[in-house]
Amino acid sequence: MTALTGRGARMQPPVDPFLPRPFVVRAHRQDTRDTYTLVLEPVDGVPMVFAAGQFTMMHAFGAGEAPISISGDPARADRLEHTIRNVGAVTKALVRAAPGAEVGIRGPFGTGWEVSSGGGGDVVFVAGGIGLAPLRPAILEVCAARARYGRVLLLYGARTPEDILFGDDLRRWSDEHDIDVQVTVDNGQHAWRGRVGLVTQLIARGGFDAANTLALVCGPEVMMRYAAMALADRGVPKPRLRLSMERNMKCGVGLCGHCQLREFFLCVDGPVLTYDVLEPLMSRAEL
Amino acid sequence: MQTIAEYLPQHPFFGGLDESVVALLAGCAVNAHFHPGQHLFHEGEPADTFYVIRHGRVSLEVHPPAGPAVVVDSAHTDDVVGWSWLVPPYRWLFDARATDETSAIAFDGACLRGRCEADPAIGYALLQRVVQVMSNRLQSARVRLLDLYGVGA
Repeated sequence: MTALTGRGARMQPPVDPFLPRPFVVRAHRQDTRDTYTLVLEPVDGVPMVFAAGQFTMMHAFGAGEAPISISGDPARADRLEHTIRNVGAVTKALVRAAPGAEVGIRGPFGTGWEVSSGGGGDVVFVAGGIGLAPLRPAILEVCAARARYGRVLLLYGARTPEDILFGDDLRRWSDEHDIDVQVTVDNGQHAWRGRVGLVTQLIARGGFDAANTLALVCGPEVMMRYAAMALADRGVPKPRLRLSMERNMKCGVGLCGHCQLREFFLCVDGPVLTYDVLEPLMSRAEL
Repeated sequence: MQTIAEYLPQHPFFGGLDESVVALLAGCAVNAHFHPGQHLFHEGEPADTFYVIRHGRVSLEVHPPAGPAVVVDSAHTDDVVGWSWLVPPYRWLFDARATDETSAIAFDGACLRGRCEADPAIGYALLQRVVQVMSNRLQSARVRLLDLYGVGA
């Protein structure tokens, strides 16, 4: 896979990108108050190979289609994991899909994180809210080849302690894979013993060799903007600072233009783009 | 454990200050220790202290009219707490409560103000650092007001 230069390397499109493949729900887990993870297997038994950072168009029959990032392990092409926040009619139907139910999947689409290009250096993951889900496949990739990387940090911000995703993973990544996991919440109660504050505040104090760091950022766009600024201020080279952009993905193959960000169609040129490309676009309200 | 004079020059807040200036400021400082649940200060009380947290965790809390206190920020190892000692009318604007065993360096606010008034260069250098802390906390509060992770954000 080629290293990113400005934008992520485009992945090979599926054979017929408009035809949903049937997948069956094998497991269904409620992660937080409004967020669920579905484990899916292809009905035809053909694995879906994907790169960390890619997304699919998930189809709830009778309800519609929504772009959802893949949250599972790229090494497990036989099972597809999606972590879905219940925020609308389609996602409501998806999170209600019980084991045995079928959903449609188009994709995978878009560019990946290409975290392997950070081998030999430090890696910093910065996640906000459900933005941890698209980063999870890249984190699992790092865990599988941990010795290839230097210091690895996961800086994660959530709204409240109850909204923290993948709690078991966070503990395992810290305990078993030597990842420096730092979690902060916007609103803490008395019982919360961790940090309260903005996730970007963790960047200034994070112990990493900025010039030799690959930083992957995913979360609400405003949070990503401030996180990217803080990482760049620390000295992370902008081409090694990658953000996953979210727009209204529809076709998935760069035809319909719903996800256009100036000259980019984020469903094919993104969602992962480098900060040297994104910086002038991120604070423009017109875009 | 390092003495105050040994510890302060390595702290990021005091980075860039001459050794002699840090030593002068250290003359306003004493070590302090707080047990979990113990308050560093309460809202409305005279703000006469500036804290550098050496170890532990401190919750910065506001009490709404009803219900439990809301934790609006937290301070941890190497963080600094409190700027109301520098700004009239020198009253705390929130509570600060240790939630772990917490060791801190406590600077006497009046003593620091005296040093600043006696040497405006020191005052300016200290003010720059305190404003940086205020700016970071203000930015954090503004962005969190957007409720970025909430539904529809």
